[in-house]
Amino acid sequence: MKWLRDLWAAFERTVSPRYFYELSGRWLPWFAWPAGALLAVGLVWGLAFAPPDYQQGNSYRIIFIHVPSASLAMTGYLLLAACALISLVWRVKTAEMVARAAAPVGALFCFFALATGSLWGKPTWGTYWVWDARLTSMLLLLFLYMGVIALQNAYEDAAQGAKAAAILALVGVVNLPVIKYSVQWWNTLHQGSTFRITERPTMPPEMYLPLLVMLLGFYCLFAALVIARSRHQILRRERRSQWVRAIIEATTDEAAGSAGRRA
Amino acid sequence: MAFASLHDFLAMGGHGLYVWLSYGLVVTGVLLLIGQTRAGQRRWLREQRRQLARQRARATVSGDPS
Repeated sequence: MKWLRDLWAAFERTVSPRYFYELSGRWLPWFAWPAGALLAVGLVWGLAFAPPDYQQGNSYRIIFIHVPSASLAMTGYLLLAACALISLVWRVKTAEMVARAAAPVGALFCFFALATGSLWGKPTWGTYWVWDARLTSMLLLLFLYMGVIALQNAYEDAAQGAKAAAILALVGVVNLPVIKYSVQWWNTLHQGSTFRITERPTMPPEMYLPLLVMLLGFYCLFAALVIARSRHQILRRERRSQWVRAIIEATTDEAAGSAGRRA
Repeated sequence: MAFASLHDFLAMGGHGLYVWLSYGLVVTGVLLLIGQTRAGQRRWLREQRRQLARQRARATVSGDPS
């Protein structure tokens, strides 16, 4: 069992705020730069080069931002729930900080999914909104995000707020399968999934390749944002420790943005 | 290229309003979030740096070199 103990020790070392701060500083450019490149390529490809849809014409181009936003809204919530579990069961402080960093990002993407879907619905279905299963469960996801953010900020003591938010995040996870399978379980205006892991895409490659590029770009962007914001949360929560003071004092007014990137 | 002219590209087959509003919203939102993330970090670091400097000055005045 020695290897198990060693493994656990390695895990604890990695998720200690200080080590995670250093490690994530090295990861950040590996997500930020690909995000910029993929999104630039994907935007031009999706908007100008992908062929129009034979039924929907050009309004379908909203798919290139709508599907990645919706996918990330759900993945982001899964991340919140995973962080919640890790922080509640194993008392890993870094997980609380990551959850606090990720919640507003996930909420924004959830809002994007709803807003772009609404703008796509008008020319396609003739209405901005219907109270069907997919749209309603997605709206509930936005409310769950807002509840989590509110709880994270509701307490003077950040640890207490993180705990309350973690419990809500875990309870809300039942909404995720409802969103995912809502288009199969209920009759809905919403079209079925474009991508399924086990089947071929329902679109031709001229359409799904730019969508894939956008999807990857959005995920890289999300990762870069969450990493950058987590690092900031770590500094905030650990501001009284010696190593954070050293980082703060090493910054200058101009270089503050790249704080600790050298550290 | 799926469009014959710039005008066609902007019109999006009559759905330009919906397409450009969607893309505008997402691009603006992402840029605002990136800006807010960076500005928040900088502001906080500046505040903390000043606070540490003040503490240090006070410690020096009272004759405590640490």
